Amino acid sequence: MARYVSFRDFDWPLVIFVLIICALGVVEIRSATEHTKFAGAHLRQIYWVIFGFAAMFLVSLVNYQALLDQVHWMYIASITSLMAVMLFGQKYLGARRWIKLPGGQHFQPSEWVKLILILAVAKYFSDLHEKELTWPDFIKAGAIVGVPMLMVLAQPDLGTALTYIPIAVMALFLGGLRVKQALVVLLLAGLTMPLAWHKLKPYQKDRLVSFMQPEADKQGSGYQVIQSLIAVGSGGVWGAKETSQTHLNFLPVPQTDFIFSAFAEAHGFVGALGVLLLYFIVLMRLTQNAQTAPDRAGTFLVMGVVAVLSFHILVNVGMVVGFMPVTGIPLPLMSYGGSSVLFMFLALGIVMNVRMRRFVN
Amino acid sequence: MFGREEKVSAIRLTAVQYIILAIFLILAYGLWRLQVMQSDFYSNLSEKNRVRDVPILAPRGKILDREGRIIVDNYPSFSALLLRDSNRDLYADADLIAQGLHMDPKELRDRIRHFASMPQYQPIFIKDDITPDELAFIESHRNELPELDTIMAHRRLYPRNGFMAHLIGYVGEVSEDMLNQPQWEFYNPGDVVGKSGVELQYNQLLMGKNGSRRALVTARGREVGRLSETPAVPGRQLKLTVDVDLQIAAEQALEGKNGAIVAMDPRTGEILAMVSRPTFDPNNFAVRIKAEDWNKLVTDENHPLLNKAIQAQLAPGSVFKIIMATAGLQEGIAQNLHVNCGGGASFYGRYFKCWVVAEHRVHGPVDISKGIYQSCDVFFYTLAEKLGIDRIAKWATLLGLGQRTGIDLPQEVTGVMPSEEWKIRNFKQKWYAGETISVGIGQGAVATTPIQLARAIAGIASGGILRRPHVTNPTDLPVGMMPAANVPNEMKIPLDPENWQTITDAMANVVNPIGTAPSAHLKDIDFAGKTGSAQTISNAAKARLANGKSKFKDNGWFVGVEPRRNPEIVVCTLLEEGEHGYLAARAAAQVIKAYVEKQRRQPTKMADHKKSVEVGAVWTTPDSDGEGDGSGRLQGGRFTLDVTSKHVPLATAAPGVN
Repeated sequence: MARYVSFRDFDWPLVIFVLIICALGVVEIRSATEHTKFAGAHLRQIYWVIFGFAAMFLVSLVNYQALLDQVHWMYIASITSLMAVMLFGQKYLGARRWIKLPGGQHFQPSEWVKLILILAVAKYFSDLHEKELTWPDFIKAGAIVGVPMLMVLAQPDLGTALTYIPIAVMALFLGGLRVKQALVVLLLAGLTMPLAWHKLKPYQKDRLVSFMQPEADKQGSGYQVIQSLIAVGSGGVWGAKETSQTHLNFLPVPQTDFIFSAFAEAHGFVGALGVLLLYFIVLMRLTQNAQTAPDRAGTFLVMGVVAVLSFHILVNVGMVVGFMPVTGIPLPLMSYGGSSVLFMFLALGIVMNVRMRRFVN
Repeated sequence: MFGREEKVSAIRLTAVQYIILAIFLILAYGLWRLQVMQSDFYSNLSEKNRVRDVPILAPRGKILDREGRIIVDNYPSFSALLLRDSNRDLYADADLIAQGLHMDPKELRDRIRHFASMPQYQPIFIKDDITPDELAFIESHRNELPELDTIMAHRRLYPRNGFMAHLIGYVGEVSEDMLNQPQWEFYNPGDVVGKSGVELQYNQLLMGKNGSRRALVTARGREVGRLSETPAVPGRQLKLTVDVDLQIAAEQALEGKNGAIVAMDPRTGEILAMVSRPTFDPNNFAVRIKAEDWNKLVTDENHPLLNKAIQAQLAPGSVFKIIMATAGLQEGIAQNLHVNCGGGASFYGRYFKCWVVAEHRVHGPVDISKGIYQSCDVFFYTLAEKLGIDRIAKWATLLGLGQRTGIDLPQEVTGVMPSEEWKIRNFKQKWYAGETISVGIGQGAVATTPIQLARAIAGIASGGILRRPHVTNPTDLPVGMMPAANVPNEMKIPLDPENWQTITDAMANVVNPIGTAPSAHLKDIDFAGKTGSAQTISNAAKARLANGKSKFKDNGWFVGVEPRRNPEIVVCTLLEEGEHGYLAARAAAQVIKAYVEKQRRQPTKMADHKKSVEVGAVWTTPDSDGEGDGSGRLQGGRFTLDVTSKHVPLATAAPGVN
């Protein structure tokens, strides 16, 4: 295979749209944190974006095929790290998600595992020999995703564990999932619901209940939902004249989970729809890259990224407008947070990786 | 052969694209719903979030006496509170705060911990009614302790030691039960309203109307801007007919005893003094009464919360003989009635004793006058038998017994005046003639309140005019404020002039050596009255039970007037367990004396006294030199009456102000 790659093949339009979204995020973060104790967060976000951008370049340099060839090791490494968390992990905020590194830094494996999963799943499906998924293959695919997911669930980290699901779903769907198998999945999901409800922690149950009826607990778990709705609604078509909800501290965590609410209050329907449009363009562009990928693996890789990105947007914006319960899932590229930004750019690096090699055979 | 090089199904890829599109359309719809369709609704909610109506509390009206002296005032009370929306470590500061506010650091920490789960924008109240030095501490530590703040409220300041407590009443937060009643339906929870006495009766006048301030607030509740303001309408002050000088005299007369004194001007019905004992301190209610203190008050068998002047209905004893005399004379029987008191007499097969037996003597021949001033039971047994219960009831009812006087205070009781009809209605039994005999000397089923007796006796002494007692003057109230009473302001009863003279002259003799209360005699004062000792249970029962336990001691009564005819003042004294009427007479005499002496000192009549001496008054403790060093005392202004006082110091204000 020719190894000639050119940065002309970098998906510059995609990069530009991504950076526009990041810029909007930075501006909104600045506005929302201006007079609070989080002031200056927007500067840190800029650093993360730059850092992520560099990382994206780096990732795109190594041929993804080579990465995929090593994916077995990476997968084992990720399982090991998750196990290390389970055994040696530090408890923080009630969950064991971190390992303390010798340097004093904290290392949260579950985010990395997500990336590796995309790679692993892509490799697995690209190696399949049938057009339609056989039962053994189906189960194996489930295990590849299921095992780390259960380990993360045990931390417990429901939110992150749930983000593994779209990877599996997308891959299964594209990999030739048969209707019967889909029904099995749905059946399983339905059966485990009551068990899952039992296992939910009280605050998680509260969140679900508040989702159904935000009015029931105005001051507690319903509070965030109601405040988000008020903020978004009072944005009207063009944006609220005084973004009181964000600036008078009514909207909780406006720089992270509810950044879209803050943006919607400030810029109204027009602005919010615009951002949605930008995300849509990004997703469509990504899908196009998937379609022009040189092989199945490349397609699976890009679509894995599409799956994760779509899921985040669906859950976060859905929460903001009241269609989904409150979760801790950030809005990619806009929410303040280093690990989220980094993940996105690494994932985009993989996409660039695939795209840049689309003429290679 | 299917392999790596096979492309992913294009259909499926396109399907994914459409699914993503669908998701975005749903999200866009969500936005549309909130921002276009329901935008106004949410804008309103955002307004409600950020705009708060803060009430501006209206100060309650002061209560003054008839000369404008302040009895009840308000004082600014500061409460200390802890703000919790900053990053300060409250536990670390607790020691310093506790020291400055004279609190126990551990209690303070416990309190902070107790409220830790509440929303951060709610401050914690840590101390009510802080003293000036504590206030100074907070002010001087604004930099070091920014989480410490104060809030001011007006609190009611009542005279100390329960002075006039029953007449004035007390205030408290309106209760849920009250809010359900129609007359309170426009009040809000948290409103401070009168709960008893004048505070309750004239609450609407005293209360004023709270204003409000619309302020812009953050989620923490901190005000960041002011939008509009409606000022508060302060409550109006209330002028009572009571004279603080006489009130002091009455309170002193009742010192250490249980019972009541009420003094009234029969020419107008104005109440000049009203005391009930035991008393309570309404200042305890003004902040917030502790449950245990309340329980103590409520279960005390001496009933400190009861205003006995209008709420104690007891057998009047021999005071009732004046009413009997009126009935007897007007019915033409008593003039010619002469009995021989040998210590008792038999009626209907029962022997009724005369009290004189206890002094080992007898009355001998008794006519109506001697019957009054010597309080001969036999005379009145006989008179009662001749009159019959229904005629007695008729005259007693004319004189206001068994009915409310209509005084403008809440919860006055009616007392009891028995009659045949009454017995049938209430007990489904016939009235036995024998029961009339006890009624003749004010025992049996008769029960009166001090105010009733005062009005009745004064009415007789006035020649047959009964006036409705009141504690405020209608002229001092705004139009329409006087609560409507079902009692006419004036009631006339027929009283022939000779009968009038007979009764009043006999009453004057009561406080002479030939009467039953010579020790109450007042030199150079035309003082007349009637004593009474009312048994609470029969002698026989007493002997069987109590062994002289105080509960069964007799009550002592006295009603006195000055002068004897067309009196300017009537005083009724009830001494519970006071055994004898003459002790009650002495107490009443004290009040009469104070009245007369004050009158003689002033050239104008009390009722016309126009000099009003009003200055803001805040109490100082009597042992301070008036400067106050601020610790534990509140400073205030002083005022004095412009009167040359010599022997008896006239009050300058209610007790507590020098």
